[in-house]
Order: sequence, then C-alpha cells, then structure tokens
Amino acid sequence: MLGYYVRLAAISIRENAVMSLLMITAVAVGIGTCMTIVTVNYIMAKDPIPQKSEVLYAVQLDSWNPNDAFRDDGSPPDQLTYTDALALMDARSAFRQTAMVGTSLIVQPDDPDSKPFQASGRAAYADFFAMFDTPFLFGSGWDADADRRLEQVVVLSREMNDRLFGGENSVGENITLGSYDYRVVGVLDTWQPMPKFYDVTTGPFDKTEDVFVPFSLVASLQLPRNGNTNCWKPVDGDGYEAFLASECIWIQFWAELRNDAEKREYLAFLDNYVNDQKSLGRFARPLNNRVNDVNEWMDVMRVVDSNATMMLPVSIMFLTVCLLNTIGLLLAKFLGKAPEIALRRALGASKRALFVQYLVESGCIGVAGGVVGVVLTWLGLRGIEALFGDLVENLVQLDLVMVTAAVVLAIVSSMAAGLYPTWRACNIEPAAQLKSQ
Amino acid sequence: MLSMKNVSRIYRTDVVQTHALRNLSLEVEAGEFVALVGPSGSGKTTFLNIAGLLETFDDGSYQLDGRDVAGLNDNDRSRLRNEKIGFIFQSFNLIPELNIADNIDVPLRYRGFAARERKRRVDRVLEVVGLGGRKKHLPSQLSGGQQQRVAIARALAGDPGFLLADEPTGNLDSSTAAGVMELINEIHRNGATIIMVTHDLELAARAERIVRLSDGQVVLLDEGGEGSELENGAAV
Repeated sequence: MLGYYVRLAAISIRENAVMSLLMITAVAVGIGTCMTIVTVNYIMAKDPIPQKSEVLYAVQLDSWNPNDAFRDDGSPPDQLTYTDALALMDARSAFRQTAMVGTSLIVQPDDPDSKPFQASGRAAYADFFAMFDTPFLFGSGWDADADRRLEQVVVLSREMNDRLFGGENSVGENITLGSYDYRVVGVLDTWQPMPKFYDVTTGPFDKTEDVFVPFSLVASLQLPRNGNTNCWKPVDGDGYEAFLASECIWIQFWAELRNDAEKREYLAFLDNYVNDQKSLGRFARPLNNRVNDVNEWMDVMRVVDSNATMMLPVSIMFLTVCLLNTIGLLLAKFLGKAPEIALRRALGASKRALFVQYLVESGCIGVAGGVVGVVLTWLGLRGIEALFGDLVENLVQLDLVMVTAAVVLAIVSSMAAGLYPTWRACNIEPAAQLKSQ
Repeated sequence: MLSMKNVSRIYRTDVVQTHALRNLSLEVEAGEFVALVGPSGSGKTTFLNIAGLLETFDDGSYQLDGRDVAGLNDNDRSRLRNEKIGFIFQSFNLIPELNIADNIDVPLRYRGFAARERKRRVDRVLEVVGLGGRKKHLPSQLSGGQQQRVAIARALAGDPGFLLADEPTGNLDSSTAAGVMELINEIHRNGATIIMVTHDLELAARAERIVRLSDGQVVLLDEGGEGSELENGAAV
C-alpha cells in the first residue's frame, strides 16, 4: 500500500499546487536555516580523528609568568617553549611524540618560466605522520634518523605535488624551499582533518599545510615561524639563538599515550621534568601540567564558536515556527479533503489506513521540503563563505551526513507536523460528509 | 441478510435530543430489493448510515449477514463494510483526481487484492456498466449518467452482495435515470440484495418491497410492483 499512498500523495500535491508549494517552502526555509547553523556547529564540533582521538594528547606545561596566570581560569599556556619542547622530545617518554610549529616557505620551481610562490609549511618530528594517520599517495614520512641528522627532506601535500610534478610520483626528486634544496620522501593523499586539531592556535579550520619538514631544521636553517608567539618576559639578548632560549611559547606538542597507565606515567614524567626545571629557577608557578585528548583539547581551545552555539537554538525555534505554519496549512488541506476521506471510509478504509495515507503525504511534502532545504542550506553556507571568505572555507562544506540529516529532519518534522491534521482528518464523521456532497 | 431489531438512534446536543430512529425493526432477506421512502427527516439517511456501518446506534440490535455488528471496532467495521456492502450515492462521489479505473480500484485496494485481480475486477465491472472504453477518463470527462454507472461499478467491484443506494437517480434526467435503474434491476436479478432510498414513487414501485419511514419508525410495509399503495400515490 505504501506505493499507492505515495502515488495518491503525488496526485494530491499536484492538484493543490499552490498550497503544496507553500508547505514545501515553509519546510524548506526552516530546514535550510536550521541546517546551515547545524552544519557550521557540526563541522566545528566533530571528532577530526575518531580512530585515535582518545590516545592523542596535547601537552601543556605552566611555564608562564609567576605573577599572572596565562588564562583567567588558571589553565596553563597552550604552547611550549623551544627549550621544553626539545627536552620532552629528547626524553621520549611517550609511545610517540612530536613538537611542531607552522612555517612559511618560498618554493622555487625548477621551471625558469614559473615564478616563486609561498607555501604553508609545518615543521614536525618523524612521529607526526604515524601519530595522525596521515594517508600517503607516494612514499612515506621521514624516519627518526632524518630528524637527528638534520636531513633536508620534505613531504608534499597532494595539491603541492600536483602543482610541482603534475601529480606524478615525486619521491626522490628535489625541490627548493627558500634557499635550500629538499629531497621529497613522501606525498600525502588528500588530508584535511576538520577541525585541524593538531594546531588550532591560529585557524582551527584552515587548510592543512603544503609541505612538511623536520622540526630539527627550525634551528639549523632558522625557519620562519607561522603562528602565535607569546612571551611573558623579554627575550634575553638578540638573534635567533636568544629567541630559541627564551621563555616565549610558540610550539605545539602532542604525545600518543595508548592507555591510562601510559597517561599517568607521562603526567608523572611531566611533573618530574617541571620540578627539575624549578630547581634551575624556571617554572615559578605551582605544578599545573596537563594533557588533553583531541576532543578535550577542542573544548579547551573553544573551537566551537560561542556565536554559532548561540545561533543553534534560535535556528531550531525558527524551524519550529515554520513547522507551525505547515501544521496550519496541512490542517486546512486535509480538512478540505473531508468528502474524499468520508468516501474512502465508506468504501472500506479504516481510520488507521487513512492515517497512514495522510501521514505519507506529509512525509512526501517533507521529502520535497528537505531537498529544497538542502539547496537552501548550500546557499546559506555559500552566503557565510561570501561574508567571511577564506576564514570559513572549510567550515561551510555540506557532506553526505548533513545532506542525509537535512532530508531526514525534514521528513520527520513534516510527519510530526502532519500528526494533528491527520488525526483530525481521520476523525471526520463520514455520514455527514457523504450526505452533504 | 439484514436484521434490525428495535434500533434507536438519538442525536444529542447540549439543549436538545433528536430521535432519528425509534425502535426500528426491519428484516431484509438475501436477494431482496427494498425501496425505502419517507418524508425528509423521517430517518432514511440515518437508517442507511447505520445499515452501512458508517454510524453506530444507541439501542437495539443489528445483524448483517448473520453477524452482530454492535461492539465491532473500527477495523472490523471497515473490513465488514468493504467486504459486504456497496454504496451508490446520489451525487456519485467519485474522486475527481483519479481516473475511472482508479476510482473503481479504491475499495479493492482496501480489500488487499493483488494487482492482477484488481485489474480483472475493474475490467469486468466496467464491461457490466458499459464503460469498458473509458478506463483512463477522469470523472469530469463523463456525463452524469456515466458517472453514476462508474459509481455502481465501484460498488459492484468487490462483489459485496449488499447494495445501499441513496437516491441513485436523484441527480439524473429521466431517460438517464431509467437506464441506471435498469442496471440496478439487472444487478438485483443477478442476486444482489438492494436497499434503495428514493423520493421517486415510480422507482420505488420497481422494488419487491417498499418500506415507509416516518419519524424514525417503519409505518408501512408494502409489496412493490403495479397496484401497490405507493404506485397509486397514497403513502408518500
């Protein structure tokens, strides 16, 4: 009977085109508005690496000003000093670990006709690729020996490899970054964790970097920094070496801890390290070392924008208003079908059969509203993109999950809106209607 | 086929009670053709609604084809109505958006027949009413007489055996009405039990038995045909 009911719904929608259009529009506008906001929140809040988010930890050490906490709530700085990052890397107390920092490098193409261009980069340790499950198209990351030997190796993004090598396997090829040659050891496949959890200090929804190079080159090649740098006291002396030795924080640090025992041991290690440093006159603040897994880290760093969170209930209320309009329109439509309902009752339809029939019609309106709603959602996201530009480029993507959610929400909402009108329609007294025709 | 004993129906509002049927008793045998006559407000429509299981009653008993219908739930009443009763209305009551075949198909759908069986039945009843070539026409493309034939075809499609006709020729001109009546007579001759409400004494006289209602009660039972009281204009 479902096919029959769908056919009747299609006929009914066609025969009452204006009213049907109004209902579809009401549902679509409500769904479009709601899903635009929900999509932004969903992408902001979703787990960027669900298979490992519970074993990857951002590391915090409170090396900040003894007289003034880094944040009002007393939480420690979100980045480390170079000194501490190197010390934690040297200790290798976690199963895997990497210090990292954003950088920016000038790519010098081999082709003399091509102009140099700037590429975003990330300096990290060899563990970076294994920790974050980066997919490789060609080759692999470098190994720990390359870190130690200050090898000038590079992993390219797929996009960069397409640009420089036309998408061919470039492993073993050399490229020039800044004034130095680097040997390509790997090419990543498309990789865009959202949010870009491993460094949310600048743009949590930025694109992943174009090139990845060993962190050890930061000091040896004096790579430029691309990210936040915060200092609670002036740098002692001039030059790059002085900066590296300063109390400025500018390095993100991640550790892979496979279970609670490893996490406890690592926290104990951090406390011991800080206590050692205290004896050297650093870390004047009370012990306040923390490790947060990926999702905790997204909360700590307030990745979900408070305005977007606030807009969520507003958009749901708007959807509710649209659905209330739909209820009114459905009520008018179904009660207008009283003669047909009475006739169907006379011909043997039970109230249950009619209830299902008209609920299916509500659902069909929901499907149409959902499809149009998805288009409106897409337009809404493009509107946000037009307003905020590249800042939200990766935040306004409509994936299959959200498209499905939009259509399902539209169907469920429409059917919910159709419950009362359908119930009223099914309780029409057939005798009076049949006589009055 | 139909057995009502002391059936009463009272419509109540806050200020008034209306006795639509008062202790009405009527027996209709299988294969009978009964005409129901009476002035407006006499209870004819209420009787048809109760007989057709579209309405419940307050007192008395009603057995349809040997089954007591009091206390049946909505599903059972719907199923019984679908299987046992065919309705023919004065205003045809076709669904304007559906073509002729789909209109006739409606009760068969609720009966749960397979597609092939439904098609066979639709084709058969359309041939019976002489509209075999109009399957895909919409009701608005047919004349009044043709629409009533479609309504009759719809009533017959499920082989209900019991037809309730409410002024079946009330909206037709006399020549068309005669054709429709001839069709109803033929259905009766083929074994159907028919109760027909009508104001037309000539039509009522074609029934085997005439029942006159007044004030919700049966006041006159008469054998139909020539020479009856109704034929002579004495009762209505």
